[in-house]
Amino acid sequence: MPWDRNQMAARAAEELEDGWYVNLGIGIPTLVANYVGDKDITLQSENGMLGMGPFPTEETVDPDLINAGKQTITELPRTSYFDSATSFGMIRGGKIAAAILGAMEVAENGDLANWMIPGKLVKGMGGAMDLVAGVGKVVVVMDHQDKSGGSKLLKECTLPLTGTGVVDRIITNLGVLDVVEGGLKIVECADGVTEEDIRAATEATIV
Amino acid sequence: MKKVYPDARAALDGVLFDGMFIAAGGFGLCGIPELLIQAIKDAGTQDLTFASNNAGVDDFGIGILLQTRQVKKMISSYVGENKEFMHQYLGGELELEFNPQGTLAERMRAGGSGIPGFYTKTGVGTKIAEGKEHKEFDGETYILERGLVADLAIVKAWKADDTGNLVFRKTARNFNPPAAMCGKICVAEVEEIVPRGSLDPDHIHLPGIYVHRLIQGEHEKRIEQRTLREAS
Repeated sequence: MPWDRNQMAARAAEELEDGWYVNLGIGIPTLVANYVGDKDITLQSENGMLGMGPFPTEETVDPDLINAGKQTITELPRTSYFDSATSFGMIRGGKIAAAILGAMEVAENGDLANWMIPGKLVKGMGGAMDLVAGVGKVVVVMDHQDKSGGSKLLKECTLPLTGTGVVDRIITNLGVLDVVEGGLKIVECADGVTEEDIRAATEATIV
Repeated sequence: MKKVYPDARAALDGVLFDGMFIAAGGFGLCGIPELLIQAIKDAGTQDLTFASNNAGVDDFGIGILLQTRQVKKMISSYVGENKEFMHQYLGGELELEFNPQGTLAERMRAGGSGIPGFYTKTGVGTKIAEGKEHKEFDGETYILERGLVADLAIVKAWKADDTGNLVFRKTARNFNPPAAMCGKICVAEVEEIVPRGSLDPDHIHLPGIYVHRLIQGEHEKRIEQRTLREAS
């Protein structure tokens, strides 16, 4: 069985090491926070916060306290706040150990497209271009194929890029792949999924 | 010189003109200068260019200036959640310059700090890099981005003293300090103006040198996505 959203998030959490400062994107990446276990992980929210806590209760909702997805959140004893220029200083400056992000397409050379579909609604890149250019390790969590079965792991991206050669590891519903010299390398298969299944579902070169 | 004004209209008197460039603080609807935006709407100033991370929602924040067709151009990193924006943009009525979020913040900080341009890795190899100077440093490629200097900055803080020293609250700080820095004139709205000497000088987030005019007012502080913990 391919992994579901929570299993993908749980697998992505294994990428994080004790003591790391980490930025989680919107969607499945947000769920990764539920699976870090005993590891000492500090979450960054790029709108100006380190030490992001869980969602609030009705009593503790605060309009001055939101995450980068504009959802209400809470602070922790370790929390610090700062302005957007400082926030992206730490991102661009390589202080954030890893970012876990969603993607529309990834290419075999590590190119990432996740911000724009030309001709459709244009929302913007937010902080994604800064994150992929700056953080230590970029882990992408995404469905392996689109709804019609087409591979989202491509030889070359067709959509406008977020960054070139930036992706280190891809976690899909079918397994885990690394971006290496010459293409993608299968690191792990989801339970009941074979390497052959992954090859059949992948346009990118598998080495 | 007295910085405290009675209300938003008075604080903007004499600084607004058609075609001007305004930098605004805020992220989503958090920490936005909602009173000053309303006053700009009431003043009817036209053909505005805004540097602001977002464009508000249809009926709050900069969105209310889109409804009245007062905005000519947005410089932003993310403009989802705003149907009126999409309508005007797709109809060719509104110009849009996408900036990566960190690049936008740094352009404001740099412009306010006397730095006309800076090199960044962000956006290299993407549409953002098209037409920009590329330069190699230590084997890595960077692009040149320009500092921003705005005719006016409008920002929102939690507390101020009468000299314009500002203290922000939680994630409502966001773009407000860099936006304030890049304005030739900065007008700040706060929830409370406290007596001089009552803010700890070590705890001031933005020194009053960046703030020229100041108002106190009631803020709606609308929440864009009220998300609660699931009841256990």
